Amino acid sequence: MLEIEGLSKGFSGTAAQALFSGLALTLAQGECVAIMGESGVGKSTLLNCIAGLEPIDGGRMVLDGTDLAALDEDAWALLRRRKLGFVFQAFHVLPHLTLLQNVALPMWLLDVAGDEAETRAHEMLRRVGLGARASDWPKHLSGGEMQRVAIARALVHCPSLVLCDEPTGNLDPERAREVLDLLLERIREAGAMGILVTHSAAAAARTDRVLRLSRDGLVEDRDGA
Amino acid sequence: MKRALVHVFLASLLRRRLATALSLFAIALGAALGLAVQLIHSAALDEFGRGMRLLSGEADLQVVGPRRGFDDAVYVMLAQRPEVAQASPVLELEARLPGREGSLRIFGIDLFRVAQVAPVLMPMPMDDGDRAERFAALQSDALFLSAAARSELGVDPGDLLSVQAGTRELPLTIAGAVPGAGLAQALGVMDIAAAQQVFDRIGRLTRVDIRLVRGAERDVLQQRLRALLPAGVEILPPEAAESQAAGLSRAYRVNLTMLTAIALVTGGFLVFSTQLLSVVRRRQEFAFLRALGLDRASLVRGLLAEGGMLGLVGAAIGVALAYAITALAFRLIGGDLGAGYFRGVAPEIHFRPGLSAIYLTLGVLAGVAGAWLPAREAARMLPARALRSGDEREVFSIQAHWPAAVTCLAGAAVLCLLPPIAGVPLFGYVAVALILAGAVLLLPDAARMAMTLFRHARPVLLRLAHARLAFAPGQIVVAGAGVVASVALAVSMAIMVSSFRGSVDEWLSQVLPAGLYVRASSSAATGYLGPEEVARIASLAGIASVQAVRYDTLRLSERFPMTLIARPVRDGTPLPLVSGSASNVAVTPGDMLPVWISEAMADLLRLGVGDVLSLPLAGQDHAFRVAGIWRDYARQHGAAVIELDDYRKLTGDPLTNDLGVHLSPGTSTEAVMSAIRETLGERTIEISLPGEIRAVSLAIFDRTFLVTYLMQAVAVLIGLFGISTTFAALATSRRKEFGVLQHLGLLRREIGTLLGAEAALTAAVGVCVGMVAGAAISVVLVEIVNRQSFHWSMDLSLPIGLLSIFGASLILLAALAARLSGRQAMRRSAVFAVREDW
Repeated sequence: MLEIEGLSKGFSGTAAQALFSGLALTLAQGECVAIMGESGVGKSTLLNCIAGLEPIDGGRMVLDGTDLAALDEDAWALLRRRKLGFVFQAFHVLPHLTLLQNVALPMWLLDVAGDEAETRAHEMLRRVGLGARASDWPKHLSGGEMQRVAIARALVHCPSLVLCDEPTGNLDPERAREVLDLLLERIREAGAMGILVTHSAAAAARTDRVLRLSRDGLVEDRDGA
Repeated sequence: MKRALVHVFLASLLRRRLATALSLFAIALGAALGLAVQLIHSAALDEFGRGMRLLSGEADLQVVGPRRGFDDAVYVMLAQRPEVAQASPVLELEARLPGREGSLRIFGIDLFRVAQVAPVLMPMPMDDGDRAERFAALQSDALFLSAAARSELGVDPGDLLSVQAGTRELPLTIAGAVPGAGLAQALGVMDIAAAQQVFDRIGRLTRVDIRLVRGAERDVLQQRLRALLPAGVEILPPEAAESQAAGLSRAYRVNLTMLTAIALVTGGFLVFSTQLLSVVRRRQEFAFLRALGLDRASLVRGLLAEGGMLGLVGAAIGVALAYAITALAFRLIGGDLGAGYFRGVAPEIHFRPGLSAIYLTLGVLAGVAGAWLPAREAARMLPARALRSGDEREVFSIQAHWPAAVTCLAGAAVLCLLPPIAGVPLFGYVAVALILAGAVLLLPDAARMAMTLFRHARPVLLRLAHARLAFAPGQIVVAGAGVVASVALAVSMAIMVSSFRGSVDEWLSQVLPAGLYVRASSSAATGYLGPEEVARIASLAGIASVQAVRYDTLRLSERFPMTLIARPVRDGTPLPLVSGSASNVAVTPGDMLPVWISEAMADLLRLGVGDVLSLPLAGQDHAFRVAGIWRDYARQHGAAVIELDDYRKLTGDPLTNDLGVHLSPGTSTEAVMSAIRETLGERTIEISLPGEIRAVSLAIFDRTFLVTYLMQAVAVLIGLFGISTTFAALATSRRKEFGVLQHLGLLRREIGTLLGAEAALTAAVGVCVGMVAGAAISVVLVEIVNRQSFHWSMDLSLPIGLLSIFGASLILLAALAARLSGRQAMRRSAVFAVREDW
């Protein structure tokens, strides 16, 4: 479960010029929400704050009972390793690792035994439809395939929370629909929570709830648009 | 294009300040060391030649003989020849000064002749106005000193100066000056008859300076007069001594120049690394420029201009640095860089525009050569693909070149079979360069092989490092090429020096078998021991036996004088033979007498065991049979050993230079040394223990190789720069990758460790290839370069412990350097890193 209360963040780390303040968000286990909003309103920054990659200026965040505000840099890194998964707009699949190695990487970091890590990575690749291409290099993949690998990598280590920043922003509508289906299906299958930052109303509509971030805060968007 | 050149290309050098500074530094160091070595040696040679020309005066030819001199009847004969206008007899001596360090060069001259041939040696009495003083030069105890000699010895006209002849101490009066000798030449002049008398050289000369009649052809007369001279006496033009000295030191000078050239080549490798990485980072920029209409040739020209500018500025800094180094070297270690070829010469630094221009050009060439492959790579790039990120793998997927590598190595092996050119092992140096090139060409294969070893590594950071290097082996080549070059140089020099030092140490223990050594002076100076003195020492309590050694020089044709050593051999006194035998040489009446020649003499005269060698002794040629060839690290120009008894029978010379004293068991060395001093006097003899001689010899050895150690340090430093700049650039270009890894939970310090692990793996491959190449180069240095340069053989010795520590240290330093240089790149937020387009 993720609980956020009174979260505030200023421009360039200064609370005086608030990017957002007093944000509250509660995510139940297995719940997947979309965050929408105008460009520059701080959607990606909110994700980064939740991931501990940008410092917050105030507020409280608790993930599965852990008070995130009390974590130092090393503890944040370990938390990301165990509890978080990421899907980026630009895929960020490492070019010097094979597809299998890319997907196994989070488990390597968790010291999962080699065979088990590879078995699970292989299984994850199979679930995203790339089981036959485990030993391929990323440069042979299309954009949609690349994002499938990223989804497999984000979920292979069974994280509690998957943070997705415009995961379909670089894909054509057909591929975007396929990838989104796959992403949400896998998140739900894993029982993880998901936060999806997107500009696409259609994509947002596929989640459990749609939230809109604006100068007024994070509010539920019942229209989904 | 000019504006593009300035703003796109040259300005990029200012943007990447660290890489530019390190490249400049590497090229500056290479150019500075190379030019400094040239400046130092040319200044020393010039000064040496100037001194020789000054003392030769207006002589057209000089008649020279062995160190002991030749009969003065030669002078009488020459003076009467119609083609000789003037002949001036000279007795040149190195007078030992009792109670003082060093010796004084004294010229015994004929006052009435010298003014016509070598007026610089004309003495000037104290008071020129007094007629009685004017003839002071003819006094038997009158010595005239040049200003430099007076200053060095701290004496003034009217003072007494003791000189030594044998073990006798004789006071001479400083009667005046030698104004023509200038301020740099420390020498003394006295009447030749007085010199012969004082130094027991009655009837002996060491030189006759000759002025020929006007219009005479020097070469023709040289041949004609040579036929009239006794064996062992040679007639030469005055400049021959200069060219002999230059020839003697040539190999040493060329060796040092080659070492500095390798430092410059290593600098070129650094330019290659930094330029290639810069091309990787700027691929999208170049693709964009190409899309705007920049043609391939302009792109190549711009990148070559970057390299050329690096070379030019680096070399300009290097040239300025070279003059500073030269000035410092003259002040600290003299004009021969510690090697002893130009002892006593005080050279001055002069600006040499020609040499400076050559090194500026070499710097530019190193820069352009380093930039060539990266420029070609940039030109091959397809703009459409490069505009998309992630195609840098193509740059780093450098292909293996093993056929070229094998060709280089085979070529090196063939070149090792070829003889030297004018005493310089040119083919040996080319072989060294080919081995180096072959090693660098083998680097991609070595990298691939090394990566297979880590294929099953478990730790995640090692896995990631392995994956990166296996994916882009060119990264190892880019970062490792400089390491290979510097390690190969350092390792080859370390093995060569270690082999040489070990062999010298072993050689010293063989040539110093006695308990202690007694001499009246160095063999070149005027001290010696007579038969009575030897007998008195031999009769002292505690002395089991003594072994006398007599030295002389031999003039065999126009070569530099070779050394004659007369000493016992067949009684079992050790001689460090490399072929033939010493004790089993039986001489029956009618047989030729045996001679044991040094390796240098065997090489220079092309002689082997069993060959006949004619030695000029006491004015006559005597045929000897070569019984053995021995190792001699003391005399590069060659030496021959004959039995002392044979020498004495043939020459009638009973004198001794060095006396080896074997002590009876249980005798106190100190007691025997005191007894010898009481017998012969403390001021006129030198007593040395073998350990002292050994320590002094090894100290001289180390001083000679001081410059070599400096070069090694520079090469290693430049290699480390290569690793450091490469990984700094790689860390910057891989910020996005590191950002993703941070998102996945990798700690900042773990990314530092990852960079360190990659650098350690890269350095390990470079070090291993460099070590193998270095070992191969050391064999070429020992067996070819040294042998052809100095005619010295040596036993190969691998300092395995030292090399292991060196290799491990270098790998560790490379890891640290990469980690430090990567820190800058990791300061950037992971969030910003992943926002950049991949």
